[in-house]
Amino acid sequence: MSKILIRGAKVLGGAPQDVLIDGETVEAVGTGLPAEGAEVVEADGKVLLPGLVDLHTHLREPGREDSETVLTGTRAAASGGFTAVFAMANTFPVADTAGVVEQVWRLGREHGYCDVRPIGAVTVGLEGQKLAELGAMHESAAGVTVFSDDGKCVHDAVIMRRALEYVKAFDGVVAQHAQEPRLTEGAQMNEGVVSAELGLGGWPAVAEESIIARDVLLADHVGSRVHICHLSTAGSVEIVRWAKSRGIRVTAEVTPHHLLLTDELVRTYNPVYKVNPPLRTERDVMALREALADGTIDIVATDHAPHPHEDKDCEWAAAAMGMVGLETALSVVQETMVDTGLLDWAGVADRMSARPAQIGQATGHGRPVSAGEPANLILVDTAYRGPVDPAGFASRSRNTPYQGRELPGRVTHTWLRGKATLVDGKLT
Amino acid sequence: MQRHLISAADLTRDDAVLILDTAEEMARVADRPIKKLPTLRGRTVVNLFFEDSTRTRISFEAAEKRLSADVINFTAKGSSVSKGESLKDTAQTLEAMGVDAVVIRHGASGAPYTLANSGWIDAAVINAGDGTHQHPTQALLDAFTMRRRLVGRDTGIGQDLSGKRITLVGDVLHSRVARSNVDLLHTLGAEVTLVAPPTLLPVGVGTWPCEVSYDLDSVLPKSDAVMMLRVQRERMNAAFFPTEREYSRRYGLDGDRMARLPEHAIVMHPGPMVRGMEITADVADSDRCTAIEQVANGVSIRMAVLYLLLGGNEPAVTPTRTEEK
Ligand SMILES: [Zn+2]
Repeated sequence: MSKILIRGAKVLGGAPQDVLIDGETVEAVGTGLPAEGAEVVEADGKVLLPGLVDLHTHLREPGREDSETVLTGTRAAASGGFTAVFAMANTFPVADTAGVVEQVWRLGREHGYCDVRPIGAVTVGLEGQKLAELGAMHESAAGVTVFSDDGKCVHDAVIMRRALEYVKAFDGVVAQHAQEPRLTEGAQMNEGVVSAELGLGGWPAVAEESIIARDVLLADHVGSRVHICHLSTAGSVEIVRWAKSRGIRVTAEVTPHHLLLTDELVRTYNPVYKVNPPLRTERDVMALREALADGTIDIVATDHAPHPHEDKDCEWAAAAMGMVGLETALSVVQETMVDTGLLDWAGVADRMSARPAQIGQATGHGRPVSAGEPANLILVDTAYRGPVDPAGFASRSRNTPYQGRELPGRVTHTWLRGKATLVDGKLT
Repeated sequence: MQRHLISAADLTRDDAVLILDTAEEMARVADRPIKKLPTLRGRTVVNLFFEDSTRTRISFEAAEKRLSADVINFTAKGSSVSKGESLKDTAQTLEAMGVDAVVIRHGASGAPYTLANSGWIDAAVINAGDGTHQHPTQALLDAFTMRRRLVGRDTGIGQDLSGKRITLVGDVLHSRVARSNVDLLHTLGAEVTLVAPPTLLPVGVGTWPCEVSYDLDSVLPKSDAVMMLRVQRERMNAAFFPTEREYSRRYGLDGDRMARLPEHAIVMHPGPMVRGMEITADVADSDRCTAIEQVANGVSIRMAVLYLLLGGNEPAVTPTRTEEK
């Protein structure tokens, strides 16, 4: 395999250095590395990070190929700087058997844009009643380590307890979509001042917080680890902070949109802002940023949720919940965390690559940028600023809340084990 | 005035007073032998009802016909419109037909807003009730009724409701009437108090421009008007209150409670009334209850709104025009 010399890149935002890739591996990092026999990429002061890892992606295949496929979703991932994504289980059929997770995993391998790590359903059909064959999914070629009924909450306390216990046998982790179902019947948006005015059914913060509180206590009781999906409220932050201070093995993720957007946007009744959990208040947004900075929230995960145009081009109540996010995630994190001084680029690499790879056990991802490591790398033009244009998305869907919004940063290059998947902003 | 009427909160004090004054002019037309005005001749108004409401539709239809508009009734109830696509499809069909105004009733909060702002249609949009959001013409007809009764039919012209104490009782949480009334009455200078069991008040009500009380008896003596909101019996199945009996005992208006009101105070109801639940039959049928008057006033208000949104700058009512018939 050929060599690639990335010249003058700010590795993790530090002083410019050269990075030499040989085959699938980083051969050297330093200054004045020899260019002989290597293709040279001039980084020109761009920031070099390890390939991003998304613990929460909806690739929609099998079943909803009209909104996304493994191919279009992994192209979107590569375009956004991701080298590994965890594909959520709420497909049709549900990824609750070894057969389905192997199919998704294999499609990812064949397309080669981004590693796809399937997440297995916790319960059969996401019904919350009977454990899926978690062990079989783990032992399959897909090697599932993360289990989630995402889209639905594992609300039955006994089922949740058993799942937490059961996956200990192979060091799996349950990722909980924390939503108390009875408290969120008919829920359309965050419950508060805005929902009261708009007359939209409220999704109260307590519906998330009560489940998180229960689950950290359950995890503590049975000595398991638990992961909280898309944490969205200031109260949830407090609970996770408390649990961590007690030594409970809980990890948590926040989405880019919950770091930037608030429920005030719902006043437009524009369904691009309809998402689950819903956009919260300014106070929540600030608490989430702070928690991501201080490590209470471990990672950023996109909850990339593609929907066809017609599912968003309608009145609010009829619209689907969810936003695409793979291609804007890093820009939103730069806007909310880096440009605000809350996190440096090493911190971004930790929250968007190293930690999610650890939580999901994505071997070979989220590694330091140093000799001998897999060459999963990206270059980011952090000086760029411009409006988001969904027409340029690689995703099959366009349901972004950022259309026309100016955001900083642009991923120009992505290498997956030394193979370029994105060059000068164009997919290979 | 704006191009659309989506929310009572969008109206300024002067807009609202203009609508009330115009409605008084319209009401005078109703007293004439020939009730029709040529104002909207050649204009097409569609009554687009995704939710059943014969009362509201008939009221709008009467208003439109008295203004000589061409009226199309489109009732789209049932499973075919449960998917969101249909609002857009229907809007585009109406756009192709070249309608001038759409009066829309929809079960989803925000549907009229979406219709007005989506670019699907060019017509003026009038919200005839959306989900649990707004019902601005109801609030206007309520304010019209209050002004007539509490300020005076002639002395009220040009006036707002400054200092009037209005009490709204009942299921505020699920009520678009309550939301619209709080917004409009506040704009018109009235002091509004909401009375309901805490379960039937939205989280976030604390930011509304009104007072909140759980105790009806203490509020009644300080009320110039009390409006009873409809309370659906099914709410008790979702634990909003224990029983119908307990609800009416604590929050219903019966003859004894009505006696606590000041002499001049009126009892209002947007209808349809649930007799025996929020209001007893004797109160509903008493001469202090304006429910029937509200219905009549609804036509005048809707004429005024249609005229002001569509009628341009010409005066709505001129003696020559009506008398040349
Ligand atoms: Zn979820």
